[in-house]
Amino acid sequence: MTAQIVLEAKALVKRYGHVTALDGADFELRAGEILGIIGDNGAGKSTLIKALSGALIPDSGEIRVDGARVHFRSPTDARRAGIETVYQDLAVAPAMTIAENLFLGRELRRAGFAGRILRVLDKPRMLRESSEYLRDLGIGVPSITLPVEALSGGQRQGVAVARSAAFARHVVIMDEPTAALGVKEASMVLELIRRVRARGLSVALISHNMPHVFELADRVHIARLGRRAAVIDPKQVSMSDAVAVMTGAIPPEDIAST
Amino acid sequence: MRAAFQEIGKVLLLVTIALPASAQQPIIGLITKTSTNPFFVKMREGAEAAAKKHGARLVSGAGKNDGDNGGQVTAMENMIAAGAKVILITPNDAKAIIPSINKARAKGILVIALDSPTDPVTATDALYATDNYRAGVLIGQYARAALGTKPARVATIDLFPGHPVGAQRHNGFLKGFGLNAPAASVNTLGSAPEVVCMADSYGDQTRGQTAMENCLQKRPDINVVYTINEPSAAGAFKALKAKGKERDVVLVTVDGGCQGVRDVASGAIAATAQQYPVKMAELGVAAGMEFVRTGKKPTGYTDTGVNLIAGKAIAGVASKDVKTGLELCFGRK
Amino acid sequence: MKHRLLALGTLGPVLALLAACAFFATRSERFLTGDNLSIVLQQVMVVGVIAIGQTLVILTAGVDLSCGALMALGGIVMTKLAVENQWPVALALAAGLGVTTLFGCLNGLLVSRLKLPPFIVTLGTLNIAFAITQLYSNAQTVTDVPAGLTALGNAVQLGGTSVVYGVILMLGLFAFAAFVLSQTAAGRHVYAAGNNPEAARLSGIATRRVLLGVYVVAGLCYGIAALLSVARTGVGDPNAGQSENLDAITAVVVGGTSLFGGRGLVLGSLVGALIVGVFRNGLTLIGVSSVYQMLVTGILVILAVATDQLSRRLAQRGA
Repeated sequence: MTAQIVLEAKALVKRYGHVTALDGADFELRAGEILGIIGDNGAGKSTLIKALSGALIPDSGEIRVDGARVHFRSPTDARRAGIETVYQDLAVAPAMTIAENLFLGRELRRAGFAGRILRVLDKPRMLRESSEYLRDLGIGVPSITLPVEALSGGQRQGVAVARSAAFARHVVIMDEPTAALGVKEASMVLELIRRVRARGLSVALISHNMPHVFELADRVHIARLGRRAAVIDPKQVSMSDAVAVMTGAIPPEDIAST
Repeated sequence: MRAAFQEIGKVLLLVTIALPASAQQPIIGLITKTSTNPFFVKMREGAEAAAKKHGARLVSGAGKNDGDNGGQVTAMENMIAAGAKVILITPNDAKAIIPSINKARAKGILVIALDSPTDPVTATDALYATDNYRAGVLIGQYARAALGTKPARVATIDLFPGHPVGAQRHNGFLKGFGLNAPAASVNTLGSAPEVVCMADSYGDQTRGQTAMENCLQKRPDINVVYTINEPSAAGAFKALKAKGKERDVVLVTVDGGCQGVRDVASGAIAATAQQYPVKMAELGVAAGMEFVRTGKKPTGYTDTGVNLIAGKAIAGVASKDVKTGLELCFGRK
Repeated sequence: MKHRLLALGTLGPVLALLAACAFFATRSERFLTGDNLSIVLQQVMVVGVIAIGQTLVILTAGVDLSCGALMALGGIVMTKLAVENQWPVALALAAGLGVTTLFGCLNGLLVSRLKLPPFIVTLGTLNIAFAITQLYSNAQTVTDVPAGLTALGNAVQLGGTSVVYGVILMLGLFAFAAFVLSQTAAGRHVYAAGNNPEAARLSGIATRRVLLGVYVVAGLCYGIAALLSVARTGVGDPNAGQSENLDAITAVVVGGTSLFGGRGLVLGSLVGALIVGVFRNGLTLIGVSSVYQMLVTGILVILAVATDQLSRRLAQRGA
């Protein structure tokens, strides 16, 4: 059974002066799966993610969404193609409320004259929909009108994830979603990611946390030296083998690739 | 970075002054408080004319704004480096400029203060200035005479606390008006029961207006107003006019700029004490040239004169009319 | 508790203003009269309008040191053209507003495109504008200004006190600015660009356009303030605006807007401007030297910044 491929990249190259961040990297995300992306520092994970989310433009190579070729010139292009990204620093405005952050850059306007001519915001509707988004994903916050900086790390992550899940049509990309979280909050976020997948979205996430990746992901993409070294099934390949491929201790041919 | 610019400035000054074949022309420096106040513009023009007449070369500099000592220090350093033999200065800060003056005098440069004294006055070789106390006395006498027998309720719109010129004019006014007044050497503002309001204007028109408005709120029955200078007087007049009090109040001030004399002509200001910046410049340049030629230094304080310019002459108080005032004034005629 | 402190940032200035008014009311029976309050509003209206523009700039974590100088330039341009070149009032006014808005645009381009620090850019514009003002005006005040330019200085009688049109304009502008900042997406984007510019950019907000827009609108505010200044004093004064430069920033800071951007209400700047004006007026009424006004202003500024910092630190630590 070949699953549908929602997001795919072939031979991506990105150089910064003498440094080659992406050296012909491939990528494949299947519909409805959670794909973990692991790799040592400098393996090109972040650069890959940025190219897929429109935050940077690769020098060469192609990216396809649902089989169709795309050229992202900015994060907005990627969002229009249905790809949402949760960045490592969350990209939230700390002084603004949860509801304001959820709709940042996509504010809802009132109907009729007030909305079209005066461009007045429809605050009640944004509050209502924000509450629904958070509730659907099981994220608990004391109040939707709290500023984001008043939340705990896990709650903030939840807000950032909820924002992506609310607006994504195909893909949610996450960069280190459980970094800097305590054990309890991290497991809350993992559960949250499963619920995101359950809504029909495909998730690609970068993480340094092997146990989390192996617990959560359906497949694991191993990045090394700017390329994709292998894609493995976490139920069939052990964590230590995966780490060994990541560091180059064993060549990728030696393990079962999926 | 700033030091680099100063160095470049010095070199440029040297190049522009030293290179022309007028190496024989002695250099006289003039440093004013600001370069834009018409009072100092007139002073500089007078100095340039006087220097030309005496065969000297004038180099001028200024602080950036009223109170800017640093700018004057820099100008002084540059002029010393350029070989000025004489420096004329209207100090922004009576005390802070003294180390620079000492450096210049130690090199044998003659330093003369114009318009404002240093503190102590002996820090410069000589001082050519308006007797600001006397200027205050003149307008105080006029105001008292103009008020007649009515009981006085005086408002003073001053400069800001601690400035010697502000204190001298204010206290001189009190003395001339016949009130208990501190002596000319005192730097604090005197007061009396007849003075019902004192407010600061920082010498500018808008703040003068605000100060007068607030004083009128406090005591609507004010009938005499002294202001530190003509811009603040113009502001005070606007406030009086807004309350319909412009005819009931005697408004006096100091300066003698052309705009101020025009205000006296129109009746907005009752009288002003006129100062002579050109006279200060001419005396300074002449004394400087004497020093260059013979080595003789001027000393002490020379009063450059002040005249009361009044719209209406009043018996017992000597004054000059507006026509004379307009001939002698500084600024745009 | 943290949120009480965050609220203090907004309530604090109002409490300070009420406390000041109460204090002066007890010390002088002339303070709370309609006449006196009307005067205070007139004295505050120029700084108030400048502070609207300054608030926008500070909300984006910038600062505009050229505000007073641009106001003076605008005032000289509109009065000189009307008096010496006999331009019709409307055109002279448009020219004055145009000049200040253009400089605002210059500030905005340097900050948003070249990414130069606002402090440095506006310091440069301050000097340039000041020099142009002095040169163009020849350091002379422009008098005999036509009635059209001073019309906003006239008053209307409202319930026994005279209220100057310029004050009504200022209050109207504050209301409009408050509306735009709190009720429109553009307003939200200003806050976001100041609070976390990278997050704003990643959310699809054109942060460069927001920054440019903020400085351009601020420039327009300074031009309107110039008109109010001309209306109030009746002249074009090349030395105007020097105290307004810092007074406007003081009003914004004391009003609770954070210098780090992203936090604050424009109405707070109105309160901040009123606080400074009330103190200046009140201290004169009770016969205290203006030096104490400086002392009080300085203390208020430090209190405001300290409260802002403290509340932010507590809010972050809780998370």
